[in-house]
Amino acid sequence: MDVKELIEKLDLKVLCGEDFSKNINGCYCGDLLSWVMSRAQEGDIWLTVMGNINSIGVAVLADVACIVLTENAALDADALNRAKQNDVIILQTEKNSYQMAAAISQLI
Amino acid sequence: MEEVKLHYDVNAYDFTCAGEASGKLKRSLKDLGFDASLVRRVAIAVYEAEINMVIHAEGGVIDSTITPECITVVLADKGPGIPDVELAMQEGYSTAPENVRSLGFGAGMGLPNIKKYTDEMTIDTEIGVGTTITLKIYNR
Repeated sequence: MDVKELIEKLDLKVLCGEDFSKNINGCYCGDLLSWVMSRAQEGDIWLTVMGNINSIGVAVLADVACIVLTENAALDADALNRAKQNDVIILQTEKNSYQMAAAISQLI
Repeated sequence: MEEVKLHYDVNAYDFTCAGEASGKLKRSLKDLGFDASLVRRVAIAVYEAEINMVIHAEGGVIDSTITPECITVVLADKGPGIPDVELAMQEGYSTAPENVRSLGFGAGMGLPNIKKYTDEMTIDTEIGVGTTITLKIYNR
């Protein structure tokens, strides 16, 4: 499954990103950045409520497929700019991380 | 490939730039053709050390030496030093202040992650003088 399919099937709002052809391999939930960076795998969907600039750094270094901000967590302006510079896909949903992860598990 | 040396400055308390040095190093290693999993290991280790410099040490300098066999990264700061390295190496132990924790840092995973992702890590620290961390990751 690619990110485009994820967006369509789970009706996610796109906050940043143009190319949605990245492949999804799995999913990781977490808000502590060191924890996420060390454990999230390349190609994971990352579910988090952290929408700051440091989340973008972690997404780039960990090579996640996309960030999904759950519970409509906000993306701040610095983070959006950094995400654009680094081609990081950022999506948003009103669902919480548990609900989102459960929905994703039905797809992958 | 000949030996490549790269230098980065890390600013103190500047979380908007935190991760830039490790991000740049990651791109350089990718461009040099290193294997993706090796690049990821270097990037994670250097990111953690870079963030430590921003949080604890008023910034510092990063010098990397890249050869086909080994990537060596030396991160030097003039911060307060680490009083108890053994304690700091324990997963979950953190001295990060509350404002930093609210940004998602302070998991107490920094030094443990660095050790986990590198082949060699040495910490040279002195109270009131600073800390130098040397990392080696071999291309096997």
